[in-house]
Amino acid sequence: MTKPYAITLDVGSSLANLTGSWRTQRPVYVDRLPPCNATCPAGENIQQWLFHAEEGNYEAAWRVLVADNPLAATMGRVCYHPCEKACNRGELDESVGINAVERFLGDEANRQGWQFDPVEQDTGRRILVVGSGPAGVSAAYHLRRMGHAVVICEAEDSAGGMMRYGIPQYRLPRDTLDADIRRIVDMGVELRLGERVDDVDALMRDQGFDACFLGVGSQIGKRAYIPAGDARHITDAVSVLHQMESTQRPLLGRRVVVYGGGNTAVDVARTARRLGAEESIIVYRRTREKMPAHAHEVEEALEEGVKLKWLSTIAEADGDTITVEKMALDENGFPQPTGELETMPADSVVLALGQDVDLDLLSGIDGMQIDGGAVVVDPVQMTTRPGIFAGGDMVGGEKTVTVAIGHGKKAARAIDAWLRGETYHAPPKHEQATYDRLNTWYYSDAPKTIRPVLDIIRRQSTFDEVVGSLDEANALYEARRCMSCGNCFECDTCYGVCPDNAVNKLGPGKRFSFNYDYCKGCGLCVAECPCGAIRMEHEPD
Amino acid sequence: MRSSHVKFYQTGTFTVGNRLLNDSDRSVQSTMERTNSLNSGHRACQGCGEALGARYAIDAAMRATDNQLIAANATGCLEVFSTPYPETSWQIPWIHSLFGNAAAVATGIAVALRVKGRTGTRVVAQGGDGGTTDIGFGCLSGMFERNDDVLYICYDNEAYMNTGVQRSSATPPAARTATTQVVGPQPGNVFGQGKNVPRIAMAHEIPYVATATVADVRDLEAKVTKAMSIHGARYIHVLVPCPLGWGAAPHDTVKLARLATESGLFPVFEAEHGEVTDRSTIRRQVAVEEYLKPQRRFAHLFKPTLQSEVIARLQAQADRNIRRYNLLSGETHR
Repeated sequence: MTKPYAITLDVGSSLANLTGSWRTQRPVYVDRLPPCNATCPAGENIQQWLFHAEEGNYEAAWRVLVADNPLAATMGRVCYHPCEKACNRGELDESVGINAVERFLGDEANRQGWQFDPVEQDTGRRILVVGSGPAGVSAAYHLRRMGHAVVICEAEDSAGGMMRYGIPQYRLPRDTLDADIRRIVDMGVELRLGERVDDVDALMRDQGFDACFLGVGSQIGKRAYIPAGDARHITDAVSVLHQMESTQRPLLGRRVVVYGGGNTAVDVARTARRLGAEESIIVYRRTREKMPAHAHEVEEALEEGVKLKWLSTIAEADGDTITVEKMALDENGFPQPTGELETMPADSVVLALGQDVDLDLLSGIDGMQIDGGAVVVDPVQMTTRPGIFAGGDMVGGEKTVTVAIGHGKKAARAIDAWLRGETYHAPPKHEQATYDRLNTWYYSDAPKTIRPVLDIIRRQSTFDEVVGSLDEANALYEARRCMSCGNCFECDTCYGVCPDNAVNKLGPGKRFSFNYDYCKGCGLCVAECPCGAIRMEHEPD
Repeated sequence: MRSSHVKFYQTGTFTVGNRLLNDSDRSVQSTMERTNSLNSGHRACQGCGEALGARYAIDAAMRATDNQLIAANATGCLEVFSTPYPETSWQIPWIHSLFGNAAAVATGIAVALRVKGRTGTRVVAQGGDGGTTDIGFGCLSGMFERNDDVLYICYDNEAYMNTGVQRSSATPPAARTATTQVVGPQPGNVFGQGKNVPRIAMAHEIPYVATATVADVRDLEAKVTKAMSIHGARYIHVLVPCPLGWGAAPHDTVKLARLATESGLFPVFEAEHGEVTDRSTIRRQVAVEEYLKPQRRFAHLFKPTLQSEVIARLQAQADRNIRRYNLLSGETHR
């Protein structure tokens, strides 16, 4: 071929020059564990369901959510959302309103009637679940998804356990709870209401159950000895909240004193206000800062006119007055009596001092170990009696709905493994996507959408839900505030900033790959990745 | 001057792409169809800002002209690392000129196209700061005053990097280069020298002058696209950090460009017919130290003793830019 003047070689492409050979380190795409996921007691994949919600694909988002937690709408109301405390966005402006978006997704599912995926194949194994509280329904749901036949026995006439008999309606409307539980029944879980189990062994033997999950909660209100001339006016929080679900509402009078500092105390105090009490006073022996109740709930209670009387114990209850003794914190932070007494009027005293497990059920089970009033379980929720697992309030530790749901999920996996003669081991966790791994330059400033809060006046007198919902636009906005910590959200930044075109874009949903033939290992992609989803590694030998 | 109208709070408008955006609203660099005008296999150093800036700019120009583009390229890093004969990384019609005459060669191409009636084909000239602000300055000024139909893009890495980091008229004061060593009473490049070519270009009252950096690809693309919609002489001055010459980590290239603008040392603006029409405001202002510290060419300002006076003079430069271009307040126009 003839060439132009002074040209002797054909034009070649620089692609012949594999600059990847310069590299001593290489970028690798990773999925890191975002702090929200890491702290979720139910093990939800929050970052991933927000990813779908960001696109407006709410059903896909909900399906990711319920892969870990079947009670989305309920969760969106009663969860104390530790995820939001951990959220990295909190260090930038304000944490993402994860709980609000969860609630939106759960409500959307109930509105649209989304159902769980059908069970693919039945295994023929039968599992008994005792109790239909959060731990029980969570275990039942996950076991059913694995193809096992599940029977839930519930002593009460309605399902839900403490979600129904412990959480007031203004926090969790019952139609929401019903819808969430019905969906689990609809996937083929047998729910036997009003069936109290007294002998687990006999029931398992007689009806051919292969394994059992206990989730009976702790429903006996702790009593404290209070000298009382007339004890009729002393009751306990569990009974009050339980009675709220019956047709006969509790009669507490005009001046109600609640004794205790936990969430249940706050629930009862707020309930009393709604029942018409002019005065609803929480008496607590330590300071407000030391109250175990969640600050947000205390705040809402105060807004509603509930009063707090801290550093006080009830010394005596008599007719329509009580005598309160002032306390002072010692150098260790423990309250000590001061001997200073004060009398105050009280039509009733509600004890909210914690709850105990009903041990009657357990005494008949061979080999079951109980310690400090709680059932002893191993790291995968199995009791000391092989084949019987337990979770929720009855195993001790933190007593929240979300923790119980997490127990149910873990137990389901452990039961499934146990049935196959194996031991369940949780897969190793990815390294955490800490704030310092993010390049926050790329996130623009956007404050959190605050859920509308019901008019104070309205919620003092009614049991309407206090915290409102996000509408679709708000939910979408809130979801899009997620920084997707540690997980690629396809922002194309790595693809853009590579000076060597060594990042391949694989198309929507498929993320990216590196072309190590040309990647020189400069690390620009790692430095600029907003969410910290790329790691630099030493070049393999 | 951020160039997207859609607000996504997750990443705002700052990432290269966004899966939630319509294709037509995405940056050129985020598309799978981008030209990759400067392809893989080039011999630029790790983390080269110039290679990045050139691909950003030329890919955008290719899209703006429907791939009807010819580029002239002055001698310099960009030419050397992309095209060691007979190999080339360029996937566009491309010609290497002398060090000093890229503007004149581009003018010639533009005139030849006009004579041949090929009005649809557009011409870009590109060079480094040496080939633009020093050696090619006469040809560049001529191209401006004749208002030739060429977009000239200067990739400014603030010294002659290809030949071993010698000072150019774009080297900032106090910077160490091979020819401005850290010796004597005023170590590094002296204050009061050098020239500001974007302002000189504005003084020619040409239709369009803009500055940009590799830290904001959307902004750079928007400026190239706008430039290609205009006929006559146009000039875009792009700050492209050089890990080798600046003594910086290769992964800090984009970060340094960002800090240069956020400190005010490198104002990002655009001007039409000699008047500034818009500028990018500073989003998270930083002191100049934050920009200077990661660069070894400024290491003598911090060790062995802190040169507060010199740093204060550089800060004064940044403050002057902030005043002159109103970089701190108000919304940008676009």
